Amino acid sequence: MDMQDPIAIEFADLTLGYDRHPAVHHLTGGFARGVTTVVLGPNGAGKSTLLKGIGGLLAPLGGRIRLHGFAARDIAHLPQLAEIDRSFPISIFDFVALGLWRRIGAFGGIGNEERRKVGAALAAVGLEGFERRAIGTLSGGQMQRAMFARLVVQDATVILLDEPFNAVDRRTTEDLIDLVRRWHAEGRTVVMVLHDHDIALRLARDALLIAREKVGFGPVGEVIAEENLARARRMIESFDDHAHICHRPAA
Amino acid sequence: MVDLLHAALIQPFAEFEFMRRALVGAVALAIAAAPVGVFLMLRRMSLTGDAMSHAILPGAAIGYLAAGLSLPAMTIGGLVAGIAVAVGAGAVARASVLGEDVALAAFYLVSLALGVTIVSMKGSNVDLLHVLFGTVLALDDQALFLIAGIATATLFGFAVIFRPLVAESVDPVFLASVARAGAPVHLVFMGLVVMNLVGAFHALGTLMAVGLMMLPAASARLWVDDLSAMIGVAAGGGALAAIVGLLASYHFGLPAGPAIILTAGLVYVLSLAFGRRGLLVGRLMRPHLEA
Repeated sequence: MDMQDPIAIEFADLTLGYDRHPAVHHLTGGFARGVTTVVLGPNGAGKSTLLKGIGGLLAPLGGRIRLHGFAARDIAHLPQLAEIDRSFPISIFDFVALGLWRRIGAFGGIGNEERRKVGAALAAVGLEGFERRAIGTLSGGQMQRAMFARLVVQDATVILLDEPFNAVDRRTTEDLIDLVRRWHAEGRTVVMVLHDHDIALRLARDALLIAREKVGFGPVGEVIAEENLARARRMIESFDDHAHICHRPAA
Repeated sequence: MVDLLHAALIQPFAEFEFMRRALVGAVALAIAAAPVGVFLMLRRMSLTGDAMSHAILPGAAIGYLAAGLSLPAMTIGGLVAGIAVAVGAGAVARASVLGEDVALAAFYLVSLALGVTIVSMKGSNVDLLHVLFGTVLALDDQALFLIAGIATATLFGFAVIFRPLVAESVDPVFLASVARAGAPVHLVFMGLVVMNLVGAFHALGTLMAVGLMMLPAASARLWVDDLSAMIGVAAGGGALAAIVGLLASYHFGLPAGPAIILTAGLVYVLSLAFGRRGLLVGRLMRPHLEA
């Protein structure tokens, strides 16, 4: 990260976790505005937890997250697919239109402009003609396209993506990568959790490698050096299930 | 022929006021119960509804203990007990290793036993039967106003929470990321469930109050895919079951509450067989399309 980059999301000594167990431990750093950053790390490294913290779904156990130049409501968050009830009878159009929530809330009507917005988003992800189908009829890849369409409709300044290309075929991945590139070109700040280093190299400028604690931060190419990755794996393997209370002084 | 139809369908209601009262009460219950039942079903909370309907019993029983078969006392007791169990089971599920289903099952078994014990302590077996199976053929003005009031409040309530409730049902994490509506919406919904169970309790009793919610909702799911249409079909099906059930009870001397629920059950079985999403017609008569 260059020093002159304005920081959009800053964390200071941040600890996030569940049931007092830290999943992200004493993390200090920040993500640059208008830059696509990937968060890398082995399973259980706290990547999704970090995104939940930034998205406001999880309150910090310690330290803090500061947002610079935008408010929490300008964040759009794409969690992993598993949390959606796809048997619920809702049409693709209505599902994508949920992305309008910040504009229309619980009672606002969906007018022509909103309708056009949703239609354009569906076109952008290649789901034209699916408007009236129920979400339960979509394949995994099509569902992920619908999730991206909802992000387009949300029109957010900061976009958080949690393993957006998991279990998605190659063609869908390429289409969605184009969309992320477009968001970047539009000046949006994108933070994405990825496992695929090739995609990380193609899409992102910066990378944060974590294993609960920060292992490395900087240009993607440097961060994914093998010694860093090996160090991250070792840090996760040494995790103690019966940890004592952390007495590390706040930085 | 017309005379025969008139005697079969109209005359029971034209001649007897208690039949007209039962008709109004049961149809109002069916309409209000439709959205409640559809959302309980879609949120996979069918058994929660069942457990809650038993959970209101000790509250109503304490009201009965204090004031006899008094509508306000038993209503308030039922509401308090229902809300206490809804909140209590949720709290137990969050604070312990038990899932919400286990917590509810524990609450409702204790509630049912406690309620029956309390009623038996003071009252006769007839009173106990009233509490367990309701008195749809003996609805007085007070009970009708209560049921109509609950139905009205329910429809307005759903108008207010409809969109957040759908969002909370499909994608709770998304709703949490755009609004802090998840928890309040769930609470309002549970409040509507309890209110409708208490209303249905007077007509159908604690053991069958949930019948007009779940059976028409399950039937409607077998016919339509659209959510709004599903609620409409459930309301229509429930009202039909109320009318047919009351007529059956009149002509064949059946107990009215169970006759209504049995009719709803028959509609469910027929829907299961012949519904568009049913087992027979849905599978056999609708060959798959070309790929």
